[in-house]
Amino acid sequence: MAGAGLFRVVAVVLAALTLALPILGGPLAGTSLGVSPYLANIVGQIATFALLAIALDLVWGFAGVLSLGHGLFFALGGYLIAMHMLKAGYVHQGVVPDLMTFMGWTELPVHWTLFESFPYAALLILLLPGLVAFAYGWMSFRSRVSGVYFAIITQALTYVAMLLMFRNDTGFGGNNGMTGFVSLLGMRMGDPSTAVWLATASLAATLAAFLLCGRLVASPFGRVLVAVRDDEARLRFLGYDPVWPKLAAWTLSGVLAAIAGALYVPQVGIINPRSLSPELSIEIAVWVALGGRGTLSGAVIGATVINVLKFWLTGFAPDLWPFILSGLVLLVVVGLPNGLADLRAPRLLRLGRVRHDP
Amino acid sequence: MTPEPRGGQAIQLDGLRVTFGDFVAIPDLSFVANYGEIHGVIGPNGAGKTTLLDVVTGKTKPRAGRVLLDGAIDLRRLTEPQIALAGVGRKFQKPSVFEALSVRENLELALRLRPRSILSELRGWGDPRRAARVSEVLAEIGLTERADAPAGVLAHGQKQWLEIGMLLMQRPKLLMLDEPVAGMTDAETARTADLVRSLRAPDRAILVIEHDMAFVEEIADRVTVLHEGSPIFEGRMADARADARVRAVYLGRH
Repeated sequence: MAGAGLFRVVAVVLAALTLALPILGGPLAGTSLGVSPYLANIVGQIATFALLAIALDLVWGFAGVLSLGHGLFFALGGYLIAMHMLKAGYVHQGVVPDLMTFMGWTELPVHWTLFESFPYAALLILLLPGLVAFAYGWMSFRSRVSGVYFAIITQALTYVAMLLMFRNDTGFGGNNGMTGFVSLLGMRMGDPSTAVWLATASLAATLAAFLLCGRLVASPFGRVLVAVRDDEARLRFLGYDPVWPKLAAWTLSGVLAAIAGALYVPQVGIINPRSLSPELSIEIAVWVALGGRGTLSGAVIGATVINVLKFWLTGFAPDLWPFILSGLVLLVVVGLPNGLADLRAPRLLRLGRVRHDP
Repeated sequence: MTPEPRGGQAIQLDGLRVTFGDFVAIPDLSFVANYGEIHGVIGPNGAGKTTLLDVVTGKTKPRAGRVLLDGAIDLRRLTEPQIALAGVGRKFQKPSVFEALSVRENLELALRLRPRSILSELRGWGDPRRAARVSEVLAEIGLTERADAPAGVLAHGQKQWLEIGMLLMQRPKLLMLDEPVAGMTDAETARTADLVRSLRAPDRAILVIEHDMAFVEEIADRVTVLHEGSPIFEGRMADARADARVRAVYLGRH
């Protein structure tokens, strides 16, 4: 595979960052080589976006299943970790969460039971999004809902979840969402070291997901996924039931997106229903499309490039962002169907050759 | 897999009726393809040829009738993948290969050695039996030298051969080819005729649906002429050309 070299480069960079950040942001912080907590936080956020993009690339780039609703899984992970942090703060530090105050609750409802336990919350972060993904995927793939119909339903489902979460009565903080986190696993929010450790954990998770997915797609299972993408009917008439490989990739993808959400929320300090808006879900697809589908490294590069650009721009020209994002989409659609990967094999040359062909 | 000479019926359709809404595609069809034979099915557009394949492969469910593989396996009760695993291989009209995979990977994918599960796919394709079978089939379809090329870059004819090779991996009892030479050059057509003839085996029936009469005449032991879902002739191709009804409904329109 042509992308094998690039894959190795991305893996090495991710590994180097994972190892270097605790040192650069720890003992070396404040020196000329040091990394500020602010920068560490941005690196950590971008790492979770890269993880989210890897999750989407696994199903879209390899199995050809486009989701425009991966924000759903991301938000699920985010809400679950937020519930853990609020409950733990309430139980251990006596900090009353805002949503209890404005809902007029004297205690947290029954579905918050046990959330002060991190292992319990962590288990739910893996199980609940996995279950949601499995149930939705099972229904869709079995009834052979695919392509654009599948994509539209994923978006509608995420939109429904957003409307639901906007209601205060749903009991997850409504419009305001959840914020005011005190600590996570004994690390106080707002401490410089917390920012560095959360960012390091995000990088490590992204690296792990990158390597895991890399192994998966290089295995025969990965070839089955590609076969699903290229010609699902042919695969069926070769004796495979495409439902199962699709469902396996889809469920894993949902879980990875939830992990990304659970790492993201402590770093930004808030989760609200806007994570469920179509904007985020569509943006994930743009990251993957720009980086190049079906390579995994493209997903990491696309998510990084676009978000670095976004962080930089929102500093002085936030109004320009939608135009730049749309411009990038147009660029991919018109000029770079394989994303940035096309820049290596000049497309203009290839176009020229096609024209000369009779 | 012991290639026992068997003769007898590979596929048997009895009183088959297929409708799409009010449209009756096949009113009442009985049809048999025997082991060891190449059986051509011809007929004008809309005669029900592809519908026949759809029913056998489980893509279309008939309103009535029996579909028996090997005289015993009731295909109406099985799903599409189960039918494929029971020994029915179908080549589509349009070349259907996995373009992003190499020729070799296409063939590897088409062979299922172990019970079907995702876990078995994760374990790898290192089984020497798989490699041996792939080499055999590569030689059979004449693509040994293109083994590592992506299937997407193959010429049209080569893609068709690759797809036939993918079906051969499973050693099908019934091999069904839907217009295998459509869009081929004369040289490719001649090679395909040689290939199909070489696939005739005592434990295999080959069903070829084709518009190209010369091609059918060259390869088929027996032909069935379909018209509006019903067989109007069965026998040798040379006799079909002489048959008055066949000439009226089919050759006359050509």
